[in-house]
Amino acid sequence: MSSKKPLISIEGLTRSFASQDKGEDAFAVFEDVWFHVNESEFVCLIGHSGCGKTTLLNILAGLDTASEGAVIVGGIAVEGPSLDRAVIFQSHALMPWMSVMGNIAFAVKSRWPEWNKDRIREHCQKYIDLVHLTGSENKKPSQLSGGMKQRVGIARALAIQPKILLMDEPFSALDALTRGSLQDETLSICQTTRQTSFMITHDIDEAILLSDKIVLMTNGPEAKVCEIVENTLPRERTRNDMHHHANYYPMRNHLLDFLVNRSRQFREELASADYDPRHPPVVAPTAENASTDPAVFEKPPLVKTINA
Amino acid sequence: MAASLRARSLVLSVVLFCVFVAIWHFAVQTGGDTGPAMDPEYAALMGETAKGGSALPGPLQVGAELWKHISDPFYDAGPNDKGIGIQLAYSLGRVLLGFLIAALVAIPLGFLVGMSPLFHKALDPYIQVLKPISPLAWMPLALYTIKDSEVSSIFVIFICALWPMLINTAFGVASVRKEWLNVSKTLEVGSLRTALLVILPAAAPTIMTGMRISIGIAWLVIVAAEMLVGGTGIGYFVWNEWNNLSITSILVAILFIGLIGMLLDLVLAWVGRLVAYQE
Repeated sequence: MSSKKPLISIEGLTRSFASQDKGEDAFAVFEDVWFHVNESEFVCLIGHSGCGKTTLLNILAGLDTASEGAVIVGGIAVEGPSLDRAVIFQSHALMPWMSVMGNIAFAVKSRWPEWNKDRIREHCQKYIDLVHLTGSENKKPSQLSGGMKQRVGIARALAIQPKILLMDEPFSALDALTRGSLQDETLSICQTTRQTSFMITHDIDEAILLSDKIVLMTNGPEAKVCEIVENTLPRERTRNDMHHHANYYPMRNHLLDFLVNRSRQFREELASADYDPRHPPVVAPTAENASTDPAVFEKPPLVKTINA
Repeated sequence: MAASLRARSLVLSVVLFCVFVAIWHFAVQTGGDTGPAMDPEYAALMGETAKGGSALPGPLQVGAELWKHISDPFYDAGPNDKGIGIQLAYSLGRVLLGFLIAALVAIPLGFLVGMSPLFHKALDPYIQVLKPISPLAWMPLALYTIKDSEVSSIFVIFICALWPMLINTAFGVASVRKEWLNVSKTLEVGSLRTALLVILPAAAPTIMTGMRISIGIAWLVIVAAEMLVGGTGIGYFVWNEWNNLSITSILVAILFIGLIGMLLDLVLAWVGRLVAYQE
């Protein structure tokens, strides 16, 4: 689609772990993974537990190293963590002995060590206000609810103004209501700042709401990129109205079908189709092509109920 | 209406104290029966025992002695007759100095052992062998090599205070949550800044627990060490009063040893609360 070079390019990434049982060879959690993330794009990665989603994100963050292949960011191979790539951790990972302000200031001071106290404070305050935590600056994480903690995690990641925002199931530990409001806020922040983001999730609606592109990963071990789904919903969408759009159910059904059936049957699908790991198939489920989409095999009962 | 737990426990404590003092008072006063007649000279040597009483002083005598020590704790009437305040100050000084040196060695070394699996594996056998050695077993070696009793007793304190702090620091540092270290890594924080701003505060409660154990052991050991070395200190005071057969003074000293030990523990517990955090 876009002619310019992608911001993040994942090229032939494989991660193997030594087997627990003696005598057995090392096994690959995922292998030969190729996809890319363009500037200002929001990409979600969906897959079942054990397909190496977190491992993949850790490699992107520079916290883990690939066995084979490389991650290229802005033309340079990733060789370790960088302030250009901020991470929002699943478990928020706030330092419990620091206040909200302290946690964010720790990151800001790491980014701009030459800044004086007032400037750091002012900058932190801007992001505390952004995530609606004004008034809680001096609270310790233990005094905050789960959703508020994750807001601090988001503010900390955004405050360093990274090129890329990496998110590892950031809302999965939250209750549905909190998750919804945090998704809305993430959506509005990312829409206004055009922040390049990569998020791991197993929540289909979260992926449809937030992403421009959804990478589907098959079950591990030896997980692969099954296909890349382009989000056919318009970018100006909200959680409240997106399910009225004609393309919503085709998108949702396609993703659900993948998670329920295709993620584990992909090995057979691989053998029949001319699958090229370097260029995984790109599909765009819409209301028009839903029934003829060759990728949809049999619909699970739940999908039929929804359609009826 | 039931009084608060605090008030009730206080009442119980006072009652227990009174019962203890009363039993003590009557137990040492079972006199009256003089027993077989004694040679007057021998009776003079035996003192109270000859009259059928106990050699152990009663609470009133100890109270009087206690008041004497409290009202003039810092007198100095020659090498064998110093106020209990001076003796306690000597002991406390040795404990604090030995403890401080031990902390300066144990905490950096604990960081090294905790952060590096190589050093952990390499140093662990030495720590395991050296840790259970009674600190007093080092005394002759210290006296022979250092040739100074004062420094030797500080060395003994140092060696006994070292291990709990070293082991707790290493454990605290090694069990810092990986996600905090990951945050630090993704923010490209240097290793010194990570050690001071992430690992140290994260491990501080565990390190403080080690320091509390260490100061407790150091205070136990100083009494024994000073009994051996002599000269000054509360341990020497106890031994000197034993030679004087002054059980009353010994009881007063025991009371003070307990109080100072409790005070040391309270101070470190308070510091521990300052560095504690809630997850």
